[in-house]
Amino acid sequence: MNKSIEEIKLIDNKEELFNQVIDECKRSQSTLNSFVTIMDKYECFNKEGVLSGVPYSLKDNFSTSGILTTGSSNILRDYVPVFDSTVYKKLKEAGAVLVGKTVMDELAMGGSGLTGHTGAVKNPWNLEHIPGGSSAGSAVSVATGMVPFSIGSDTGDSVRKPASFCGVVGYKPTYGRVSRFGLFPFASSLDHVGVFARNVKDVAIVTDVIKGRDDFDMTTLSNDNIKYADVLDKDVSAKKLFYIKEIVESAKTEESKEVIRVFNETLDKLRSKGVVVQEVSFDKKLLECLYPIYFIISCAESTSNNSNLTGFIFGSRESGNSPEEVMFNTRSKGFGEMIKRRFVIGSYVLERENQEKLFLNAKRARRMIVEKMNELFKEYDGFVLPTSGGVAPKTIPNHEADRLDDEYLLLENHLLIGNFGGYPSITLPMGMVNDMPVGITLTCPQKEDAMCLNIANSIESVTGLKDLVCEVK
Amino acid sequence: MYKAVIGLEVHCELNTNSKMFSSSKNEYNNNPNVNLSVIDLAFPGILPLPNKEGIRKAIKLAMALNCEVPNVVKFDRKNYYYPDLPKGYQITQMTNPFGRNGYLDIEIDGKVKRCGIHQLHLEEDTASMEHHLDYSLLDYNRCGVPLVEIVTEPCFSDEEEVVQFLENLRSIIKYTDVSEASSDKGQLRVDVNISMMKDTDTHFGVRAEIKNINSFNSVKETILYEKKRQEEILSNGGVVIQETRRWVDDEGKTVGMREKVDAVDYKYYVEPNIPLVSLSDEFLSEIRREIPVLHYERRLKYVSLGVSEKDAKTLVKSKDISDYFEKVLELGADAKEASNWITTRLLGYMNNNDKSINEVYMTPDMLYSLIDLVNSGKISSQQAKDVFLLVLEEEKSPSDIVREKGMEQISDEGKIRDIVNKVIDENQPQLETYKSGKTNIIGFFVGQVLKASGGKANPSMVSKILNEEINKR
Repeated sequence: MNKSIEEIKLIDNKEELFNQVIDECKRSQSTLNSFVTIMDKYECFNKEGVLSGVPYSLKDNFSTSGILTTGSSNILRDYVPVFDSTVYKKLKEAGAVLVGKTVMDELAMGGSGLTGHTGAVKNPWNLEHIPGGSSAGSAVSVATGMVPFSIGSDTGDSVRKPASFCGVVGYKPTYGRVSRFGLFPFASSLDHVGVFARNVKDVAIVTDVIKGRDDFDMTTLSNDNIKYADVLDKDVSAKKLFYIKEIVESAKTEESKEVIRVFNETLDKLRSKGVVVQEVSFDKKLLECLYPIYFIISCAESTSNNSNLTGFIFGSRESGNSPEEVMFNTRSKGFGEMIKRRFVIGSYVLERENQEKLFLNAKRARRMIVEKMNELFKEYDGFVLPTSGGVAPKTIPNHEADRLDDEYLLLENHLLIGNFGGYPSITLPMGMVNDMPVGITLTCPQKEDAMCLNIANSIESVTGLKDLVCEVK
Repeated sequence: MYKAVIGLEVHCELNTNSKMFSSSKNEYNNNPNVNLSVIDLAFPGILPLPNKEGIRKAIKLAMALNCEVPNVVKFDRKNYYYPDLPKGYQITQMTNPFGRNGYLDIEIDGKVKRCGIHQLHLEEDTASMEHHLDYSLLDYNRCGVPLVEIVTEPCFSDEEEVVQFLENLRSIIKYTDVSEASSDKGQLRVDVNISMMKDTDTHFGVRAEIKNINSFNSVKETILYEKKRQEEILSNGGVVIQETRRWVDDEGKTVGMREKVDAVDYKYYVEPNIPLVSLSDEFLSEIRREIPVLHYERRLKYVSLGVSEKDAKTLVKSKDISDYFEKVLELGADAKEASNWITTRLLGYMNNNDKSINEVYMTPDMLYSLIDLVNSGKISSQQAKDVFLLVLEEEKSPSDIVREKGMEQISDEGKIRDIVNKVIDENQPQLETYKSGKTNIIGFFVGQVLKASGGKANPSMVSKILNEEINKR
């Protein structure tokens, strides 16, 4: 389709458009595999809505009443929810039309897009490369132009990383800006709903629809009553940004150095628009802790959050001679190896004898990082960094957790800062390296979603990388 | 000689309208699985919605039990797998319970003993399970019902103290209206921790925990049984093992369930989906104001007003009856008279007709007017007893009954004097007898006067006027 939301709204026959879209989705499946479910019926619940007739895709961890929702896990391969997530409900009310539920890394745990129960998702820019995850199918469905926007979730970088690898915009609003009700939880204190689109304006339009206080999610913020789509063009010349010296300096490989070069070019263009961008030094020891902190907290919360998956009330149930055996067999067969590994680690760090040293210390270190960031935010309006040290890698056999080198720990994991502090954080394409897209990520203080999108819009204008589409023949 | 050291964990279901973290109904229902929602059943994506009324009631009870109350609401997760727990974790309070370091006084042999309350916390109840030979049935009606757990210090030395404590506790629960506290409906459940030690021992013995005892009588029997069992083991040189046991009512004994109760690691951590909410002084003092004067204070007051110790105890057993009594007092009735009417007549009537005080026709106003009719001489106390019954049976006010049945006493001096003179005139022989000095024949005249008045003449006036008139002759 390759059209923006505003362009699509001008199309008269939305049902015909829908049929074209799902044909394209179906055709793409054999090469890209981005959908778990493709819808077959045009359903628009509000003809007058802001997104009336606009097709979109939804990550398969958002509860949709009557529509299969698997979390890309075998344990939920037959699960059809009986209630709507708030995000899905709001999109329905705005008239948006669901075309499909997208493949993700199993239960949103993973960054490759390879671990969903329906198979690996491919990167449209180069099928030999990963799309990034966990919101892999969402990123791909937008990057290929099948849909103008998609909803994903971001616990560590699960919207922003695949956005960068697939050359689209990925936005994670402030924690609490968008309700998590109906989102399958991974790590509740880090989970965010996120939006993919091919330009900042579309991201803003969709965020305006899904944001807001929700009585079903106590952690949601009160409404800020700003229409983000209306403030994108505000003057940014007085804005002050920083980047973290230690992270940029950790680039060691040829590819990562090339990424840094593109990054610096982008900063120069931004400066020419009057934005101040300065280098700031940040405690490297703390930065090296980002990944371990994330791993400890997310594994701990995920093992507890997923304890409801026993097969008793919903989901696929295995047989057994006792309730305990049923539970044991269901979970043993239902989860992939990576998931079990995380649960074991999560359980370990919560154990009485380890909790203080591992889990509670991780939480303390998380707070230290957030406090330091908040301190910097007193002086700056946000910080920018290259989203990743490179383009989407080729399928990697070894789990990334085993990599503990500097470049990995710093350049590949700084997006976690956005989840630790619940900051609004947006990734957008900044250039091409080896014929594949690379992204830049802007992160702003809590609740400053409007400012974040405003600055992102001006980054988009200096890169000129708007509405990138990568069609796969 | 061994002495017992006993501590209790009392679970009490709160009488809120809805469950603790969902809007499902909180009501006792004989039909299984009718009070359910996706939240209770832990479908993927649900989030807890704390019930404010549940929080108020837990704090109210904590205050009534003289506990220190925190100024924040904080919940924790207790992680364990069991089919009766759909989420795989229970939301409870570990780090910041609603009550700490409280106490409750009991009276043993006229002496006051202060029983320490270690803590009081709020949590959600689990589903109820019914185990059959080769299957188990689950009823989720109870799942998510607000449950308060009260943990005492190991401060009891025998079953009398424990039962006295439980009765006082139940009375406070009912007076504060936080629970119906019905054992039959499983709304009040007791765990008993008991160990034995010698007088010369400096530390406690090994304890057994007897779980889920449903009635106070079973609590008593459990303690008696355990004292004997443990004493036998110890005096034979054996060792009591630390274990969880259960009371088998039919067999009148406790049996072992599992050893080493402390071995379970519940991996507690702070519930991430409920943000910390601070409790304002205003909110807390509002709750404190709602706590009524409790039974103990009321009893002392009634005794000081002249009510017998026994009747005072009867009156305060139920808050409704005590409130009724106080209303009659407020209207101006004498405490002793009001108490007599209530404890002898009214409670008797309620028992015989299986009615509660709120169901009987006699309001405090009516009882007061009945007492007033007697005191003002309008009816005799004998008549009052009839009026009392007629009020209840015919459902009419005392004054209506008195009027309709023509029971009004004649207190008009002139009228009585006329009757008196008429009676004297008609009984000349008896007058002679009187004049001859046999003055006790006056009783005959009183009887005749009352008879002539149709039993309505005020007896004390009759005897006064009769004396005056007869001596004139």
